[in-house]
Amino acid sequence: MRFIEEYRDAEAARRFAEAIRKTVTREWTIMEICGGQTHAIMKFGIDELLPPQITLLHGPGCPVCVTPVELIDKAVELASRPEVIFCSFGDMLRVPGTKGDLLSAKAAGGDVRIVYSPLDALQLAIKNPDKQVVFFAVGFETTAPANAMAVYQAKQKGITNFSILVSHVLVPPAIEAILSSPRNRVQGFLAAGHVCTVMGYTEYEPIAKKYHVPIVVTGFEPLDILQGIYLCVKQLEEGRAEVENQYTRSVRREGNRPAQELIREVFEVVPRKWRGIGEIPQSGLGLREPYRQFDAERRFALSTGSVEEASECISGLILQGVKKPYECPAFGTRCTPEHPLGATMVSSEGACAAYFKYRREAKARVG
Amino acid sequence: MSTQDFHLTCPIPIQQYPAVVMAHGGGGRLMHQLIEKMFVATFGSDNLRTRHDSAQLQLPTARLAFTTDSYVVRPLFFPGGDIGKLAVYGTVNDLAMSGARPLYLSLGMILEEGLPMETLWQVVLSIREAVQATGVQIVTGDTKVVDRGKGDGVFLNTSGVGVIEHDLLIAPQSVRAGDAVILSGDIGRHGIAVMAVREGLEFESAIESDCAPLAEPVLALIEAGIEVHCLRDLTRGGLASAVVEIAEAAQAGIQLEESRIPVREDVRGACEILGFDPLYVANEGRFVAFVPRAQAERAVELLRRFEVCAEAQVVGEVIESPKGTVVLRSVIGTSRVVDMLSGEQLPRIC
Repeated sequence: MRFIEEYRDAEAARRFAEAIRKTVTREWTIMEICGGQTHAIMKFGIDELLPPQITLLHGPGCPVCVTPVELIDKAVELASRPEVIFCSFGDMLRVPGTKGDLLSAKAAGGDVRIVYSPLDALQLAIKNPDKQVVFFAVGFETTAPANAMAVYQAKQKGITNFSILVSHVLVPPAIEAILSSPRNRVQGFLAAGHVCTVMGYTEYEPIAKKYHVPIVVTGFEPLDILQGIYLCVKQLEEGRAEVENQYTRSVRREGNRPAQELIREVFEVVPRKWRGIGEIPQSGLGLREPYRQFDAERRFALSTGSVEEASECISGLILQGVKKPYECPAFGTRCTPEHPLGATMVSSEGACAAYFKYRREAKARVG
Repeated sequence: MSTQDFHLTCPIPIQQYPAVVMAHGGGGRLMHQLIEKMFVATFGSDNLRTRHDSAQLQLPTARLAFTTDSYVVRPLFFPGGDIGKLAVYGTVNDLAMSGARPLYLSLGMILEEGLPMETLWQVVLSIREAVQATGVQIVTGDTKVVDRGKGDGVFLNTSGVGVIEHDLLIAPQSVRAGDAVILSGDIGRHGIAVMAVREGLEFESAIESDCAPLAEPVLALIEAGIEVHCLRDLTRGGLASAVVEIAEAAQAGIQLEESRIPVREDVRGACEILGFDPLYVANEGRFVAFVPRAQAERAVELLRRFEVCAEAQVVGEVIESPKGTVVLRSVIGTSRVVDMLSGEQLPRIC
């Protein structure tokens, strides 16, 4: 299939792996930001092709994983109301809050629906004028334009029974939070290709300079990731710290301007709490005042207050690249996809779920 | 079928009962009429015509295979199939996986009050077509009607009896190192076809379910003297779950070659969009066969004579270790463990 098969070619993969082996002279630690990349690495066994000097750490780029548990609780509370149709991307349904997950809310009689686009949720609101339709607007910059469009259209059309529960987060502040931590081990980053398709990569340039780290905008297919690693290693070996674009078939330096304008029209930058990590200043998006009538938290009186996580879960350390999933004592024993202690074991993009699905023997190898 | 055809052929007077009512399951005259005019007249086996409480079956002295399955699917009709075909082929295929020749089916129907009679008639016609295609007989049945909102139109249950005419032990414990794993065709079509209709996803061309009966090709293997060690039809959990189940039950290692597993381009594209792995997507007309390596080529050649198995090929082999584990050699030449899904595959965020 075009645009897929040619990026999964075994011969080309071997050539890239060989190029990486020839370039590397010492140990390097590289973090892929995006959970989609983490899963591709595990699924295709890309790390097996790498020389032992290279360690890949898995970043916080999993929207499901970093959505705070309080917000999951709010989602469950909303979904349980008889007047609400609660719409979400499929990934979010299994994430545990303190009072269960959205699938349980559905089983208990809540009207919970999987949608593929926030615009589908808006259509549901138009078709069900006697119901309140709430969309769970999670994600990074990738999903922000469509969510902004849904709210923008709702306002244009004067739709009063549509709102969104917002938990939008941004990549660059997360990278800065990781780099400025005293525990940081990351020496180079693979930035998320889809995020940069929307935002471009100018905002990464000052970070690369300030912290002297190479940042390579990278795609999601095996060859993309191998090439991204190669470019990153080459920079590290040559002592450079630049923003480079591996994913040129999708990303331009300035990104998608109309999408950015739409985001800025509807959203503003706000502080956000990241599950497992804590609050990061200026790290999320919230609705601007003219659109705040579409904020589900404002429309419905929801219980507030912060919530304690399962103390055993180390997903925060995993999301910051401090620990690997198999270094968690609960991994694969007390914490499994059927009984997750934290969101990283749930999401199809979560690092713990990736290790559980593709690498259960890794624990045996280490232990 | 057009509405006009329906009016011509539907045996229930539609002017009086355009939809199923509670009394159609109430045990009185209306239920009697539905069973007599629609079901017995359409399926027409001798056993049904005797109108006795139970069927009496003529069976050769041999081992029997017996299986049951319930069918719930939304929508009832989808590209390439419908709930009626699923209910017949699904149970026939389960019998075939023992290497049994399917003979008799029971048919239980749970109908939702308000179900359009025309819809029921179309399901009944589809069941008849599937029954004729597979050569089985419906010998006993049951009808219940539930209140509107308590069902999803039609739920079906079929149980099946088949006769085993071979001496093989077709089961996971017969699987051994050196066996070839044969896959009967491309994977993932049923799951994507149903999902596309259910969720209103539009692709360039409609993806049709692979829903099909499998008894003929399986019996052909056995009749040709292929020493079949194990068979498994691929249903909800897809190829991955079926093979993992066998690896665990047989305590064998199974190695699959990703590049040899056929997935149609449109199915692969849909999976990429949704974030699904085709290895876990449902099928309704595919199976895996474990046969000795030396007979694999002949088995594949035999299978390919049947249209439903035209793309059959060896996709892997049974290895000594790691026991109880499925390993997939990926398209880029690396290996990973294949596990069962926990829960359903859910569409991803981005």
